[in-house]
Amino acid sequence: MTAQMPPPPALGCRASPVLKQRGQREVFCGLTGIIWLHRKIQDAFFLVVGSRTCAHLLQSAAGVMIFAEPRFGTAILEESDLAGLNDAHTELDRTVEQLLARRPDIRQLFLVGSCPSEVIKLDLSRAAERLTQTYAPKVRVLEYSGSGIETTFTQGEDACLASMVPVLPSTEARELMVVGALPDVVEDQMLALLDDLGVGPVRVLPARNIESDTAVGSNTVFALTQPFLGDTHAALERRGARHIAAPFPFGEEGTTAWLAAIAREFGVTEEQFAKATDAPRRRARQAIAQAAAPLADKSVFFFPDSQLEIPLARFLTCECGMTPLEVGSPYIHDALHGPDLDLLPQGPQISEGQDVDLQLDRCREARPDLTVCGLGLANPLEAEGLSTKWAIELVFTPVHFYEQAGDLASLFARPLRRKSILGVAAE
Amino acid sequence: MKLTVWTYEGPPHVGAMRVATGMTGLHYVLHAPQGDTYADLLFTMIERRDHRPPVTYTTFQARDLGSDTAGLFKTACQDAYDRFQPEAIIVGASCTAELIQDDPGGLAETMGLDVPVIPLELPSYQRKENFGADETFLQIVRHLSKPMEKTARISCNILGPTALGFRHRDDIQEITNLLYELGVEVNVTAPMTATPSDIAKMGQAHFNVLLYPETGESAARYCEKTFGQPYTKVVPIGTGATHDFIAEIRALTGSTAKLDTDRLRQTWWSRSVDSTYLTGKRVFIFGDGTHVKAAARIARDEMGFEVAGIGCYNREFARDIRATAKEYGLEALITDDYLEVEQAIEALQPEMILGTQMERHIGKRLGIPCAVISAPVHVQDFPARYSPQMGFEGANVIFDTWIHPLVMGLEEHLLHMFRDDFEFHDAAGPSHHGGHAPKPLEPAAVEKGSMPAEAAQLTPDNVIWLHDAEKELKKIPFFVRGKARRNTETYAAEKGLGEISLDTLYEAKAHYAR
Repeated sequence: MTAQMPPPPALGCRASPVLKQRGQREVFCGLTGIIWLHRKIQDAFFLVVGSRTCAHLLQSAAGVMIFAEPRFGTAILEESDLAGLNDAHTELDRTVEQLLARRPDIRQLFLVGSCPSEVIKLDLSRAAERLTQTYAPKVRVLEYSGSGIETTFTQGEDACLASMVPVLPSTEARELMVVGALPDVVEDQMLALLDDLGVGPVRVLPARNIESDTAVGSNTVFALTQPFLGDTHAALERRGARHIAAPFPFGEEGTTAWLAAIAREFGVTEEQFAKATDAPRRRARQAIAQAAAPLADKSVFFFPDSQLEIPLARFLTCECGMTPLEVGSPYIHDALHGPDLDLLPQGPQISEGQDVDLQLDRCREARPDLTVCGLGLANPLEAEGLSTKWAIELVFTPVHFYEQAGDLASLFARPLRRKSILGVAAE
Repeated sequence: MKLTVWTYEGPPHVGAMRVATGMTGLHYVLHAPQGDTYADLLFTMIERRDHRPPVTYTTFQARDLGSDTAGLFKTACQDAYDRFQPEAIIVGASCTAELIQDDPGGLAETMGLDVPVIPLELPSYQRKENFGADETFLQIVRHLSKPMEKTARISCNILGPTALGFRHRDDIQEITNLLYELGVEVNVTAPMTATPSDIAKMGQAHFNVLLYPETGESAARYCEKTFGQPYTKVVPIGTGATHDFIAEIRALTGSTAKLDTDRLRQTWWSRSVDSTYLTGKRVFIFGDGTHVKAAARIARDEMGFEVAGIGCYNREFARDIRATAKEYGLEALITDDYLEVEQAIEALQPEMILGTQMERHIGKRLGIPCAVISAPVHVQDFPARYSPQMGFEGANVIFDTWIHPLVMGLEEHLLHMFRDDFEFHDAAGPSHHGGHAPKPLEPAAVEKGSMPAEAAQLTPDNVIWLHDAEKELKKIPFFVRGKARRNTETYAAEKGLGEISLDTLYEAKAHYAR
């Protein structure tokens, strides 16, 4: 089947040279993913084994205590824990006992490794095995690393989901698995769309709780909703599942391309595809047209943050009429980002990794109309007269699929609208 | 290992960042992994700073650990020097870098940079943010300041203000003006507003004004010993403390300049009859040692509150706060465990909390009004308007801030009289706050009433509320209901009663009448 889509550009960015620099990186570490994962997986607790810095990061990134008692915490390493690793394991057991006694509702416990726990080589996989034996069947204990020496921001979610893949039950059923944490309302919209296409059964990872029926096997095909799930992609392939490569479901065109790839896999007829998607496509196009007016013919510069940069650059270029000057991503993974790079017309500098001072020099030189960057850079750049969109909002806000396409465009349009309302001359 | 949900203080290198960010012309090269840059947003977002903090992070990754992290540090240090051309550099390690023992201080020393390089030793697994700020400032002063001839006119340095400090920006202005009126010039204000060359001139001052002992006391002691500069011991928060501070300055300087106190409105605002309703309100005070000590005095002597509980999160001030608590006939709560503070507040059922952003959340959960008096800070603690805590204007600001969360004078009475009015019902909260209805306490009450007391020993927690008494309790407006419940239960337990009847409720009311 073929969905009516604009033809891809003659030359996309997939083969463009990538600028790779190494220096100071102005990014979060993978622990940050806990902020949304602990809301998504409702019976899970995330216990970071780390330092006061880790606890402080989670608190600061969460906007200082949004939730009175969150389902995450930090076991802060103290001087005595550094002296002997066996004692550290005993201490960890004691801390987990204390935690599970206070939170009897917890069914899944994630031990999350940090920079200090990695450096002192505290073996959390051993701890997770031991603790699983102690608390099974009531509580399952898994571990992954959210450390800054190994993960960048959204890679924390990737590591978390990848840690769940080996313990998923096996199945030989032909099923679609949709992978990536989405806000519940968006996940429900997606499930309804797939249902309208007649695709099923559909399983999701991460599921909202441990009692879900998500399973995996050689007849499983999976689609990713987030562009930062490289390790999870590999882990699922190791379990025999097959990836449906597609652009990511941002905006009307991205969502249609994503659904079309799944529809092809499941032999959905063109007629049924049109029936299921025509109305939401029209709504999405209309919403984007309204919201994106201030973006037309404006330039945009992406600092690396979440790995959402390439799909979002595609959305802003192809659907909102913007011109990308630089698209920076912490990591570029061809199997995941290739389809979006194919659709992104050649022109922008694609960059991977970061030396923040050099990149700031390029940004100041380019003077983009809109700069997408992290919270540490946004106000300083605004003070220099640039307009910025803080990238973390793109991760925390429902932006996927048709019904959010207009919202996504308006997230980018808002800084420009604001500037014109306040009468600040956009340079 | 210590299980922590929320922390009152960050790690010590964040304290060092507060010093570096407050200053200009100083650069901090921090050996740290990817991700530690999160700390930048504390300054650019919470404090709305329009510049990045002057910090370069080496950003090492796992693959660097086996190879040359020391080389990485040197490159980052050289790049920072070339790019930012600072007057001085401080170097140190974050928690992870401390473990790999690269010795940033030693490495930087071998580089032959032509500006002072100040090494910091901040033990991340033992100490916290305030220590980090205090120690960093001490090291900067030790390395850069030299004995000098005193200024001809009497002058002082102001010590302690940092970036991300609770109202430091406005306190500096208020106290600088006050000192000016007393005929004292400010030689250097540091760390905030100072450059390394300003620090070099600190020895010129005749004495030091220590505004924030948490972040400036070590430097003040060092200057006392090295430059013979005495330092002030009174922190001028509150009307009484401000008067004491003025007396201390007069004693140090011999100043007899007359002060205009016309703009001090707090004393009359507090005495005026509208404030009668504040009398004896039970408050729980928690925060950093300095602000808590000042708040206790204001609460009791200047607002007419009853201090029901007091504590601080920084152990460095434990002794001080224990002594203060004793003056108020209380036992101090010294802890950095948020859950312990929450338990204490729940047990005490104060009518108001004077705390930090953490206690504000506790208050929200328990339906107890809270005013913020101390760090840790939040974007709300950096208001656009001038709002110092110190000096006479600070006393005015504190009066307004503390009464704002409360239900005010006549409104309180009306709620007592017409609590069942359909539009003016008490669960809606103070009428000047839109949409902040506190969580009603009824469900818990119902549960308790229907539960049999199992334990043989009577404690305030296992007394049974009889139906009539419980119904009557619900007629009491929300802002005193928690206290009434607590008092009645304590009274019943003391009298050995297993049940609370309507009579018990009113006997307890009479017992606690004041």
